[in-house]
Amino acid sequence: MHNFRYKAATSVSDAVVEVNQSAEGQFVAGGTNVLDLMKYFVAKPEVLVDVNPLNSLPVVSEYKEGVRLSAFATNADTAYHPIIEKRYPLLSKAILAGASAQIRNMATNGGNLLQRTRCYYFYDVNTPCNKREPGTGCSAIRGYNRMMAIMGTSEHCIAVFPSDMCVALAALGAVVNTDGMQGKREIPFADFHRLPGDHPEKDNNLLAGELITGIDLPAEGFAEHYAYLKLRDRNSYAFALVSVAVVFRLDGDLISEARIALGGIAHKPWRVLDAELYLQGKSATVDHFAAAAEIILQGAKTFEFNSFKPELARRAIIRCCKMALSPDTQLPGAQPSA
Amino acid sequence: MSTQPAIGQSISRLEGFEKVTGSAKYAGEYNVPDLLYGYVVNSTITKGEILNFNADAALALPGVIKVFYYGNRPSLAWFNMQYADMDAPPGTPFRPLQDAEIKYNGQPIALVVAESFELAKYAATLVKVDYKEETFTTDLIANQASARSPKVGLATALKPPPPKPVGDFEAAYDTAFAKASGKFIHGTEHHNPLELFATTTIYEGKGKVTIYDKTQGTVNCQLYVGNVFGLHFKDVRVISPYVGGAFGSGLRPQYQLFLSVMAALELKRAVRVTLDRTQMFSFGHRPPTTQFTRFAAAADGSLRAINHTAIAETSRFEDYTEVVVNWAHMLYPAKNTLMEYKLVPLDVFSPLDMRAPGGSTGLHAVESTMDALSYQLGIDPLEFRLINYAEKDESTGRPYSSKELRKCYEEGAARFGWSERLPQPRSMKRGNKLVGYGMATGIWEAMQLPARAKALINAEGKLEVSSAVTDIGTGTLTVMTQIAADTLGLAMDDVTFSYGDSKMAFAPIQGGSFTVATVGSAIKAAGLALAKKLFRKAKQMQNSPLGKAKFEDVEFRDGLIALKAQPKAVIALKDIVSANKGRAIQSTNFNLPKVMKLKNYSRAAHSAAFVEVEVDEELGVINVTRAVTAVAAGKIINPKTARSQILGGMVWSISKALREETITDHNFGKYMNQNLGEYHIPVHADIHELDVIFVEEKDDIVNELGSKGIGEIGLAAMPAAIANAIFHATGKRINRFPIHLDDLM
Repeated sequence: MHNFRYKAATSVSDAVVEVNQSAEGQFVAGGTNVLDLMKYFVAKPEVLVDVNPLNSLPVVSEYKEGVRLSAFATNADTAYHPIIEKRYPLLSKAILAGASAQIRNMATNGGNLLQRTRCYYFYDVNTPCNKREPGTGCSAIRGYNRMMAIMGTSEHCIAVFPSDMCVALAALGAVVNTDGMQGKREIPFADFHRLPGDHPEKDNNLLAGELITGIDLPAEGFAEHYAYLKLRDRNSYAFALVSVAVVFRLDGDLISEARIALGGIAHKPWRVLDAELYLQGKSATVDHFAAAAEIILQGAKTFEFNSFKPELARRAIIRCCKMALSPDTQLPGAQPSA
Repeated sequence: MSTQPAIGQSISRLEGFEKVTGSAKYAGEYNVPDLLYGYVVNSTITKGEILNFNADAALALPGVIKVFYYGNRPSLAWFNMQYADMDAPPGTPFRPLQDAEIKYNGQPIALVVAESFELAKYAATLVKVDYKEETFTTDLIANQASARSPKVGLATALKPPPPKPVGDFEAAYDTAFAKASGKFIHGTEHHNPLELFATTTIYEGKGKVTIYDKTQGTVNCQLYVGNVFGLHFKDVRVISPYVGGAFGSGLRPQYQLFLSVMAALELKRAVRVTLDRTQMFSFGHRPPTTQFTRFAAAADGSLRAINHTAIAETSRFEDYTEVVVNWAHMLYPAKNTLMEYKLVPLDVFSPLDMRAPGGSTGLHAVESTMDALSYQLGIDPLEFRLINYAEKDESTGRPYSSKELRKCYEEGAARFGWSERLPQPRSMKRGNKLVGYGMATGIWEAMQLPARAKALINAEGKLEVSSAVTDIGTGTLTVMTQIAADTLGLAMDDVTFSYGDSKMAFAPIQGGSFTVATVGSAIKAAGLALAKKLFRKAKQMQNSPLGKAKFEDVEFRDGLIALKAQPKAVIALKDIVSANKGRAIQSTNFNLPKVMKLKNYSRAAHSAAFVEVEVDEELGVINVTRAVTAVAAGKIINPKTARSQILGGMVWSISKALREETITDHNFGKYMNQNLGEYHIPVHADIHELDVIFVEEKDDIVNELGSKGIGEIGLAAMPAAIANAIFHATGKRINRFPIHLDDLM
């Protein structure tokens, strides 16, 4: 690790000012990713501005008809918060599917949105990577790409955004609150993360030195019909090959509203509104779920080691839709029989 | 004897408290004033040459003391032989910082020495190296056509080549009633013990060093350091009191030992070199191996023909071999056999024994082919093994010193509930999951090497035993104390066992499941010799109550020597020492395996593994929901630590079959998942019900203790049993490890 300055922030505006005083300034909260990146010499901030002292807000507070999550609260405190468990159980399940208990105790909500891809090549400074060093090339396209994206890739990057929590936030239609030199902003979740395109070095649409201060959840939490299914190479502490968040509002046998978001297949949580519209007003049957899956996975592009992903994603979508119909009775695929 | 024998008791690890509370000190934790820290710079290319090496920027940092590389290293031993350790395969041992040549990706090319670890690590990033790159190849599967026979050398003694062909395999196979064949693909694996490799070298002046090293062989490292640096062996002391797992990775001196000693000798200061987790992927590993099998049987189920071929990776500079293809004929009789083992040298570091080397590889192929053949024949897989039960070692014609494998099958099957199995694949279900039962047989040779041990009775009448052997976390300290206690009928509390120090009585490297047989037998011999000496001295004492008794007439119990016929005629051990003017009475013995007797027998531990899996048919998700391993390994010295060994092997079996693989990117010729986040070993959520059975097995031949090693046998059978259970659940025969969910979709 290189030498860097450390500054504990005293307020949001202080944090923003401090980080912007250096071209290489970076915020740190739980540090569960940024410290790894520093140890691998992928991140070399000149100053780390610690935003943990700003964690004075409640983990969850009532906001408009919905709730506001503190950006500085830990993933664990959020997942186990009674309001989240009751009103937004999808979010709770998704957070708890991620990482390990130890990491969730450190990682914060704001930091979760900003974690970097776990692409092997991104972490290995001795291999080319456009995300780490624009213009050097993408090693993953011809390399070991089992974990890589199948949707929304570009010729410059096929990395996957690794978060579970964000898949649920995408499905729930969260809004990200930020503060920066240009003032406060509210960013709809779908517009927060980016596809790699020609600039894979940019994971999201935050401005330089902009700080996430909170995450708003809308009133509808879909607490009746939800499911999060994560498929991975071991039962815990592994990133998703494919993950799916499904929520429904049902009117008798008919679906009045559906949301389907996928993780592990793209550079951002993947939602296809056409598929959700397709399900609206239809009966909750496997055939309809399968048709929605087809719509979601149209245009999937696979690579040498991840050619299984479209079919796995298709099956996972169907299974997760079935699980969402009766969350209490469906066993997630990763669990053995009780 | 009134003292209950310690052997056979379930005794918790004597050092358990120190280990779980963190007070146990490991090699990288010995602090001395003015300690310097080294961090290794590794090659970023796979093959070629260093054209230009520039450490100016690193040296400019305050606190950076020196950067060693091939251009400024001290002059060292000239001859390859001097770099060959006890476990060196045939070939030319790797020499760190030898010259500008790069032989593999991650090769250590420099050592930055600084006043702190963090500084050394940062400075290492400032070292500029220009390379001339050459084309390389690291892909076993792409190069199988160039496989050749391995070279033979000293190490071959413990790793016999394949048995010679018997009968006419091709003819027998062609005309057989039932056949099964398979191609089995295993990738690279790295040992990844939790404790990182580290060496702290204390410079004692005048060419003397004391070295705290993570190793499986203190004497092996002592001899290596002495040879390479031209030091007197007596001036090199290697200490390794605790080892946080090794699994074979510490069988050979690792490069941090070389670099730490070199820097300490040059700088005349204490230097510690600790590898980081990424660097744990820069030396020995289990080699990728491709195997081909063809087995054939008659209609009654009797095996007629066995063909097992393995092609494994090695480095360009050493011919590392494993015993992969020798097992089938040790387990099953067949009149026609053809076994072959070949190597493909690639631009990688030399592979290195990793728990159950060769066995866990080869038995997967053998036992999954047996499984496939049982379905061809329509015979229950367990019944099929019993039909082909070998009463003797068919590959040599020799009887086994003991073999209670039949009991393993019986007791294992009963505990597991094998009789509940429905024969057809895909016939058992639980909810939306397919359920499969699979079984397999395991075997591991019971070896014994020469060793010394020292035993003495001190002025308090307590027994002190010592050996240079390490305790790699298996419970060596505890079981050696048990063995020693019984030699003189003492309570455990009256015995101390000292170990992990090259200054102590010679012990070979700790591996191959031969430590209890080797060091335990030496302790037993030393204890017996000490007993006889004590007896002689006791008889010479004034008014000795032992009179004209012979050694057979007395017993040792409770710190006394007593006449068996007159239990009140006793003499205390401490009184014997007092009579010896307070000088401890000791005996150091060199114990050799009884080769003339042993050569007439094959000696092996056996096991049977039974596994239940659940497979989510749509999603392919696999869980090992239950497993039983039944083991026949002679006398079990400590059932508690022994059970831990088998459980560890069972968890590793799940890892091997379903989780673990080092990913190589052959475009770069390097390993890509070099951390424990991406190198998947099982987590708690992957482990469900595991059960261990030790069956009764009496063996008066195998060694003085009648005990066979158990470090490896837990990993011998179960990986194949998992694959076989998956076939039973799904009807899909997946022969590539690890098996992932997408293999079953």
